[in-house]
Amino acid sequence: MEIVLAIMIGFLYAAGIYMILRRSLVKLILGIIILGNGANLLIFLLGRISKGRPPIIAGDLKVFAEAYADPIPQALILTAIVISFGLQSFAIILIKRVYKVVKTDDLDEMNAIDQDS
Amino acid sequence: MTNQLVIYPLLLQLFLSIFLMFAWRRISWQRVISIVGGFINIAVSIWLFAFIWNEGTHTVQAGNWAAPFGITFVADILSATLVLLTAISGLAVSVFSASSIVAARLKYGYFPIFHFLLLGLNGAFLTGDVFNLYVWFEIIIISSFVLITLGGEKAQLEGAVKYFTLNILASMIFLTAIAVLYGLTGSLNMADLSIKVAAIENRGLVEITGILFLIAFGIKAAVFPLYFWLPDSYHTPPSAVSAIFAGLLTKVGVYALIRFFTLIFVDNTFLQDTILVMAILTLISGGLGALVQNNLRKVFSYLIICHIGFMIIGLGLFTEMAIAGAIFYLIHDIVVKTNLFMVSGLIYRITGTNSIRSLGGLYAQYPMLSLLVAIPLFSLVGIPPLSGFWPKISLITAAFEGENWWVIGAILFASLITLVIIAKVWANVIWKEKLELPERLNFRYYEKLTNEGKMQLVAPIVFLSLVSLYIGFGAEHVQQLSSRVATELMDRQQYIEAVFKSSQTTKP
Repeated sequence: MEIVLAIMIGFLYAAGIYMILRRSLVKLILGIIILGNGANLLIFLLGRISKGRPPIIAGDLKVFAEAYADPIPQALILTAIVISFGLQSFAIILIKRVYKVVKTDDLDEMNAIDQDS
Repeated sequence: MTNQLVIYPLLLQLFLSIFLMFAWRRISWQRVISIVGGFINIAVSIWLFAFIWNEGTHTVQAGNWAAPFGITFVADILSATLVLLTAISGLAVSVFSASSIVAARLKYGYFPIFHFLLLGLNGAFLTGDVFNLYVWFEIIIISSFVLITLGGEKAQLEGAVKYFTLNILASMIFLTAIAVLYGLTGSLNMADLSIKVAAIENRGLVEITGILFLIAFGIKAAVFPLYFWLPDSYHTPPSAVSAIFAGLLTKVGVYALIRFFTLIFVDNTFLQDTILVMAILTLISGGLGALVQNNLRKVFSYLIICHIGFMIIGLGLFTEMAIAGAIFYLIHDIVVKTNLFMVSGLIYRITGTNSIRSLGGLYAQYPMLSLLVAIPLFSLVGIPPLSGFWPKISLITAAFEGENWWVIGAILFASLITLVIIAKVWANVIWKEKLELPERLNFRYYEKLTNEGKMQLVAPIVFLSLVSLYIGFGAEHVQQLSSRVATELMDRQQYIEAVFKSSQTTKP
């Protein structure tokens, strides 16, 4: 399971960075989304995957007796998902505005800022 | 009353933004609330600073969960200083915004977002938890996206695309680094990480994590070779927005670098050498970049990059004196850079352009204002006894002791090039004969403003210039402060104890 996830995360990172490097604005956004998902899965994987072991201490014990699923990575992922959701919605509105104003989605043609003034 | 003092600056900014949102369409109210809030913020920050100065590092455990399980807020003397500087720059920019930002922009929530930005900055300075730092960084960048795009001009949107992409990429790398660090140690509390990372056997993996953090914060702090988004975006929004970005946004990256590489990733010559090389290249490339620009604000943008090098170089040398120099430079730089971008905004209001070639004759027209502008410009160069001079002494002395000749060369080169650039700006903008510029229609020129409007533009520049002068002439006090910060940073044990001690006493 871990090895499959690891390969998939590597693939997501590679695909995300490749998409960010493309010139089209839409592909840029897709790249950011894919990269974000890769990062979330990475947190999930590095928090150690364990199946069917809830992080609940048995009633008659004071501490954990055996290995348990760590709940923190899931809390982190949840926070990260919410944040990236907000950022992505902003990004989509932004590219829509950019497309309306600049009338192109090619990043290389956006050079108004390089002119001197 | 003082138990929770650490989070008062956060609460104040949070409630201020919420309060401002209730006055959504009433711009004149928003102006007053924001400025009054700025004064209260300074009072609270001075209170926090005085308290930390007298009592030492103070912590608050969120929800009373003992460290390392809960989120810890830590105010040591470095955090308290930066919160105070945020308050000072924040107030100046609030006042400057009130007159320089046009009503159409203010109507779409400029002030609430501005205070959310300050909330994020205060949070980033005060938190003692790695993931919490990530969340504060996100609050900062989301607010800054709105501020940079507000108004929706063509250049602004193009700049925003670059700013947006690189900052999100930095956040993703930061998140990746947190994931790896959590996988290695199983902890997110900085004090706890400091102990656990030192105990890890696999040093190679620690170095990779360190590099990931270095890249993430390096993009935010705009160090070589990760700074290319900065000169493309910082000159596009209104100058009040650029001022707060220039003063504080890159500095939060520098703060994070200083915090991580003095607390968590220490005693690692590979990382220190990498930081040192990056710093030297930042100094040189930023300076050379500024030399060829024609837009006043682009020149200042490249100077931001150049001077980030001074702070990072102190971190790379990693002796107590070098870090004291870096902290002194950080204090000086926040005030001066905020001021410089407000100066460029003032010049824009007077002439209607920021192109150095078309500017001129400011001294003939406004001699007193030109003398005022001289203070931030010459502080930036570090002409003694102004504020930029003193930290360089500490940095060069530290480099001499470590026999790092390249570092000394880079520091001197960057200082010289800054001098050349400022001399060029001074000669072209202030002294050169006035050129006839076409009058712009519907442009609110400085001379057409009411007296109140003029005062709102000039007063914050006077205020920050006075702070700069204090940093220069009262260098002894600032040096004392930065030496104390450096001593605290070098002694990790004290930080760790402060975090864990308080959690024991507050246990129910």
